[in-house]
Amino acid sequence: MTTPDTAALDLTPAPGAAPFPRMVLAQAGAEVRATLRNGEQLLLTLVIPVLLLAGFTLAPLIDVGGGSRVAFLAPGVLALAVMSTAFTGQAIATGFERRYGVLKRLGATPLSRAGLMLAKTAAVLAVELLQVVVVVAVGLALGWRPHGSFAAAALLIVLGTAAFSGLGLLMAGTLRAEATLAAANLVYLVLLGAGGVMFPLSKLPESVRPALEVLPISALTGGLRTVLSGGALPLGALGVLAAWAVLCLALASRTFRWE
Amino acid sequence: MAMDSPAVEIIGLVKRYGCTTAVDGLSMRAARGAVTAVLGPNGAGKTSTVEICEGFREADEGTVRVLGLPPAAPALRPRVGVMLQSGGVPPATRCGEWLRLVSRFYARPLDVDALLVRLGLAAHARTPYRRLSGGQQQRLSLAAAVVGRPELVFLDEPTAGLDPQARHACWDLVTDLRAAGVAVLLTTHHMDEAERLADHVVIIDGGRVVSEGSPAALTGAERQLRFRARPGLALEELLNALPSGSAAKESPAGHYIVEGLVGPELLATVTAWCAAEGVTADDLRIERRTLEDVFLELTGRELR
Repeated sequence: MTTPDTAALDLTPAPGAAPFPRMVLAQAGAEVRATLRNGEQLLLTLVIPVLLLAGFTLAPLIDVGGGSRVAFLAPGVLALAVMSTAFTGQAIATGFERRYGVLKRLGATPLSRAGLMLAKTAAVLAVELLQVVVVVAVGLALGWRPHGSFAAAALLIVLGTAAFSGLGLLMAGTLRAEATLAAANLVYLVLLGAGGVMFPLSKLPESVRPALEVLPISALTGGLRTVLSGGALPLGALGVLAAWAVLCLALASRTFRWE
Repeated sequence: MAMDSPAVEIIGLVKRYGCTTAVDGLSMRAARGAVTAVLGPNGAGKTSTVEICEGFREADEGTVRVLGLPPAAPALRPRVGVMLQSGGVPPATRCGEWLRLVSRFYARPLDVDALLVRLGLAAHARTPYRRLSGGQQQRLSLAAAVVGRPELVFLDEPTAGLDPQARHACWDLVTDLRAAGVAVLLTTHHMDEAERLADHVVIIDGGRVVSEGSPAALTGAERQLRFRARPGLALEELLNALPSGSAAKESPAGHYIVEGLVGPELLATVTAWCAAEGVTADDLRIERRTLEDVFLELTGRELR
């Protein structure tokens, strides 16, 4: 198996960690590649949001409570896209990484846990950027004319990402991988139905509305809808997302089991 | 940082899982630039010990120092290479991509392509991990353990499930690591592996060290005479003819072992006795005890 021309591998010890940014970038790149190569993940992050946006814009199946259907749907689908990557995709991927001993193995490299978490965050944001570009392009093609503060929309998306990542990592770090897979998909469906993504919360019974309004998906959907139609940044939505982010990330960092 | 500290030093290590004690007051050391083999039956505490040294688990009692530092010290990560017993790679990740990713965490890594060639993985560089054979997966884990050019490598059962060619490739790499000044601590239950590779062998059982030394010291200078013949020969007369302090036994049936001062005289006595019994001794040979003999003597023969 050893051939003469390769026998001269210099094994002399020359230990040293790569610069921190290079490690984080390498890991983030690997995570993005893994996401884009995974068929089910792509279905969740791109295909479903685009189909929902195009399908329900073109077919008058839902009552959006007056106004342009695409103007109602596009912000909701953006929020859904953020949730699918930051929460569902990340929870499932991290759960299985834990199960396969990948997190353990990475723990034996110079990439620190903080570095790994930073890489995961960077990978999630990169995939989200791609999703936003695709969803916005499809929305514009369907006649969506967003107006308002894009910086406010970006802030909401970043906070939403933090909240959903916290929730996803909380699950991935404590449940078995199979349980995470099931629970992450279930939560995705429930939040898709109950979070004001496809139809306004005002269509739901008065009694459940206060509970639904504090869901992170409702806050993100409602917030994006407001700021992308010229409204001011809603502090309530911001507060809800910030509270979820702080609570879930703190809990996740306390309970996360790497093995 | 003391350069004269051993690669690994373990004093009085205890590790419990619930009410089972996996490691029970184990002490050993592994020298720098040498190969140390930890031998033991399944459940002897090998993996627990190694994983504490790797910083994955915490000791309940005792002191462990790796290159003079506590095992979980972040400063150790670039200096120590790790091969887990199994897994550790995302199933969909391609072989070459994984090795390249791991190499990017180090300042002066080995050339990834050359390492893939060296371990016979070049043709599988684009194969996802889950579609590699068991042996190829092991070799990839081995490659990832050395790609960062560490001072010390932990290999947990590196040749489990490897075919003979791959086993030899692994042994060659360990030999070259040692020659390059890398300390290697490996666990195994292959006696030939320990005998062939190790400068120092530590035999553990029930979470404790039962014996240690170089393979030669462990097997001793004592030699045996072995032969095969029909089962059930009466050994009393042979024992009477042999000088005192000799021993003869049949184990298993039809296999005879004579121990004592093995020399021309003893050989003549045995063959004379065979002639008197009217048997031809097959496969008659004089040999040292093997590490396997020592191992079975120390750890018993019962299955567990």
